[in-house]
Amino acid sequence: MLKVLHPGFFSTIQDQGRCGYAHYGVPTSGAMDLYAHQLANAILNNNQKASTIEITFGGAKFEFLKRTQISITGAGFNPKINGNSIETNKRITVNVGDVLSFGKREYGLRTYLAVLNGFEVDIVLGSKSFYKGITAQNVLRKGDEIPFFESDEGSYETHARININSLHFTSPILNCYKGPEFDLLSLKQRKKLLETDFKISANNSRMGYFLEETIENNFPAMLSSGIVPGTVQLTPSGKLIVLMRDCQVTGGYPRVLQLTSQAINQLAQKTTKDILIFFFS
Amino acid sequence: MSLKDNLIFKRLGEKAILIEWNSEVQPSLIDEITSFKNEILDKKIDQIQDFIIGYTSLVIKYKEEIIGFSDEISALQKIYSEKEEVKKETKFIWEIPVCYHVDFGFDLPEMSKQLNISIDELIDIHSTTLYTVHFIGFLPGFLYLGGLNAKLFIQRKATPLLKVPKGAVAIGGKQTGIYPEESAGGWQIIGKTPINFFNVNKTIPCFAKAGDKICFKSITKEEFISLAQSISEGSYELHKTEWHA
Repeated sequence: MLKVLHPGFFSTIQDQGRCGYAHYGVPTSGAMDLYAHQLANAILNNNQKASTIEITFGGAKFEFLKRTQISITGAGFNPKINGNSIETNKRITVNVGDVLSFGKREYGLRTYLAVLNGFEVDIVLGSKSFYKGITAQNVLRKGDEIPFFESDEGSYETHARININSLHFTSPILNCYKGPEFDLLSLKQRKKLLETDFKISANNSRMGYFLEETIENNFPAMLSSGIVPGTVQLTPSGKLIVLMRDCQVTGGYPRVLQLTSQAINQLAQKTTKDILIFFFS
Repeated sequence: MSLKDNLIFKRLGEKAILIEWNSEVQPSLIDEITSFKNEILDKKIDQIQDFIIGYTSLVIKYKEEIIGFSDEISALQKIYSEKEEVKKETKFIWEIPVCYHVDFGFDLPEMSKQLNISIDELIDIHSTTLYTVHFIGFLPGFLYLGGLNAKLFIQRKATPLLKVPKGAVAIGGKQTGIYPEESAGGWQIIGKTPINFFNVNKTIPCFAKAGDKICFKSITKEEFISLAQSISEGSYELHKTEWHA
């Protein structure tokens, strides 16, 4: 068991997402930074379906009620065990009673905590990812005790640490493709879309990121059609929304860009006031 | 020109393809889209993991990056051109009990003023129309219904409600719908149904599908309460009839 002493700002359990139910209106969900999530599992040789805890904006504190091994990836929030700083992107052994805490922000926004073999929570419609209305719980709360699988392999120590390209957290450049409605944009609109340094507004979440700057929008209403994480929509007000993992499955705004999978992961590590630039790869 | 000649394939990033039919919104198009979807499902293509149906479109989501985009499109075009005209799929008319009492349909008085028709007439029009399910989106189990009578077209609220109750039946613009769960929403609320539109414990979590029909049956507040009771006890069976075009 892992006991939640403090859930921090917003912590959830995530895996690779919910597939096969989009035509019932079910969002994909899954880890916002899928790369960091997969890395956390890979470090522990976990099955790729294993779930991790996604911790947004640090602040969380957990107690281990069972010995296991963990890995921490993604954003840097100065993790400590019993008050001593520990390395990220590395396999670490924890003992019964150890307290893991996250402190001051160094880089990124979302941290992933994996345990050996993953957390043992209910699979709903093929996924463990928390989502309101689908899973019984949609956010971790103080006092929650999360079971994890018993490990049958002897845990081993390692000094290997994976180095992450810091551009994953710092680069403002998000590679993208043209969206289905890109060709409807005027030259002026395209220029604005591709040459503006966009600032992320305070309205950003697992559903999507609203950007501050506006682009003149003269599009007529559109029939609702499929949208996926990474779709960039131009709203009637002229503001852009970059849809993220918990986005709806259909929408009625023009889809002007589509982020690459890597760009979605990069954006997942950005927050309010961060700058981004769209770039055709 | 037939619906078949009007397909446009577009890339939606690395892992999805958008297919658009150059057509008006119409019930026969739903059959065309869903039969294409079912034909692809029948082929059990390992890489394809999800579909999103829109008014005149279909998004196909892939597990991995689509490497040969044009080859994939050719393969899909082949499946489409070889599919049966319209694959037979049993369709149903689902009868949804709705209590239009103002306690539930709290926007009715204001709407009656705005539309200049009586509340009774409004309810009568809404509950005697047969609606077509175009697709499910917005929320799990939220049906996009076509067929609302033009007399009931009404602007959305200027400020959306933060909490529209689960089961609320509402009208927004030219559409009507049912909120399958509590949600923020800007539509005008005209009633409430005790029916659950989404159940995560079922393999098929939503009973309705694209191409089915919905009709609303006006019930009293007492009937609503007793129905809600039977539903929570699991003893209620939704009324459905087979529907043929």
